[in-house]
Amino acid sequence: MKTLYSPTHEYVKVDGNIAYIGISDYAQHALGNIVYVDMPEQGDDLTAGEEFGAVESVKAASDLYSPVSGAVIESNEQLIDNPGLINKDAENTWIIKVELTDPSELDKLMDEEAYRKHCEAEAAH
Amino acid sequence: MNRKFYSNLIFDLSRKGRKGYRLPDTGCGASLEGIPANLLRESAPELPEVDEPSVVRHFTNLSTNNFGVDTGFYPLGSCTMKYNPKINEEMAALPNMSALHPLTPAAAAQGALEAYFTLQELLCEIGGMSEFTLNPFAGAHGELTGLMVIRAYHRSRGDMKRDTVIVPDSAHGTNPASAAVAGLKVVEVKSLPDGTVDVEALKPLLNDRVAAMMMTNPNTLGIFETRIPEIAAMVHEAGGLMYYDGANINPLVGVTRPGDMGFDVMHINLHKTFSTPHGGGGPGSGPVGVRKGLEQFLPSPRVVKLDDGTFALDSPETSLGQVSNLLGNFAVELRALAYILSLGKEGLREVGPMATLAANYIKESLRDLYRLPVDRVCKHEFVFDGLADKSTGVTTLNVAKRLLDFGFHAPTIYFPLLFHESLMIEPTETENLDTLNDFIKVMRQIADEAANNPDLVKNAPHDTPVRHPDDTAAALTPRVTVADLKSNDL
Repeated sequence: MKTLYSPTHEYVKVDGNIAYIGISDYAQHALGNIVYVDMPEQGDDLTAGEEFGAVESVKAASDLYSPVSGAVIESNEQLIDNPGLINKDAENTWIIKVELTDPSELDKLMDEEAYRKHCEAEAAH
Repeated sequence: MNRKFYSNLIFDLSRKGRKGYRLPDTGCGASLEGIPANLLRESAPELPEVDEPSVVRHFTNLSTNNFGVDTGFYPLGSCTMKYNPKINEEMAALPNMSALHPLTPAAAAQGALEAYFTLQELLCEIGGMSEFTLNPFAGAHGELTGLMVIRAYHRSRGDMKRDTVIVPDSAHGTNPASAAVAGLKVVEVKSLPDGTVDVEALKPLLNDRVAAMMMTNPNTLGIFETRIPEIAAMVHEAGGLMYYDGANINPLVGVTRPGDMGFDVMHINLHKTFSTPHGGGGPGSGPVGVRKGLEQFLPSPRVVKLDDGTFALDSPETSLGQVSNLLGNFAVELRALAYILSLGKEGLREVGPMATLAANYIKESLRDLYRLPVDRVCKHEFVFDGLADKSTGVTTLNVAKRLLDFGFHAPTIYFPLLFHESLMIEPTETENLDTLNDFIKVMRQIADEAANNPDLVKNAPHDTPVRHPDDTAAALTPRVTVADLKSNDL
């Protein structure tokens, strides 16, 4: 599966018309131990660039922004009791599964190399 | 028992049948007769059974584990942990104030109402406002009350569609939270690299949905927002009101006034700027001031001065209603009044410049070792972005914990969110030069340790009753009652 990234540190793994959205390893590291994930309901409509939930760590609470538009098929229920899974393996722990309504939005996201540079620039800021 | 690290619970001291009181025989006996069965307990309440010396020693020992501004320097950014003069305590403890029943009729409580009214008038003078309510219990409660005033104002004009509040990305977290509780939507406006509001980014956010813009000045980076009059004109032009978050008003008292900058509604944290004890959750006090034309929306009751010079309570129909029982945290209000009157106009005017001088002195004395992301003259506080040398792996959290070993309270850390390693320092005006120098010396020593013995800093604190609490477990499975302790083995 192809992995793409948003400037606000969400990743999207695309499988056909289905997108798995989570936060990047860089983001989990910056946040520290995650203690709560606020997730949308199944069937909720998402708009690219708009908030769909939040992650709360021992340091801060951060809003989650959807990199794509679509409908939520599923939220990762494992995160209700075990939000620390994100710290263990962020990029293999999806938060929501979304059915894409506009796959062309994916073109605006960064690939791994561009995202790595984005993080380097941010760390130097 | 190691007194220094005393950690018993009062329940650990409990022994069956032990007690610290002896009640006289009433001669009436004791009977449960006549009490409905569904109101009777099935088992005795779980209360500690202890004698009086054990109770006194228990709490005295616990109190010595506490850290307060009376025990040491407390540079917690955005909290204004200034020393609280003891004269304030004496005034608040006067029996004719402390023993006054909250429901005493106004005619029999003229002194208390005069104290309230006097403080209200003094805050109007300091804030450049027309009237203050002292009823809200704390800063966030004040924000909510202020936003309710703003909503009531728009509705009174028949303007029902204003549902949005603009908040800078550097704002205190309470701003968006208060807006949400007030039923309003939050739109964030970005900061420029120097931490001030990006006026260009604000322009497209202004429309006929905007109820208000909330601002803190100086902002959470301790930087004075110089473009307020321009921002206020833009927001007013769009039909919105300007809200001033008074959390950071300490450096401005007696120097400049939010009302003169164009703010319409504001709150002041008496427990910060006006030197009443806080930390550990209160009690606070968050008076809300409004400019002329908005007074009628303030919460009930209002204290008014009648033509004959007496004071009365007033609850007009235009009021948004009660936000607290009666007149707020009255004892806190008395402390603030004592503080203002004892300093006087001239004394108050020295507060801001001295707080500003102290913050800049620390900033300039440490900027070679700690990273200074916004290099400008600050006001009462400033933010470092962690150590300058990031190669050691020593984080802001480690530095903060290491400070505890030296008897200093930690600064505010990881706020504001504009930087990854924020370390926010606010010394206040009440510390002498020796204390500031001691703090600077220790901060320099910690930077040196980070470079030469990083594990010493990473494993800090070494010398506190609690060393490394498990923040994650505390958030996920908090154990806050004795019953929780029994159900989970420590």
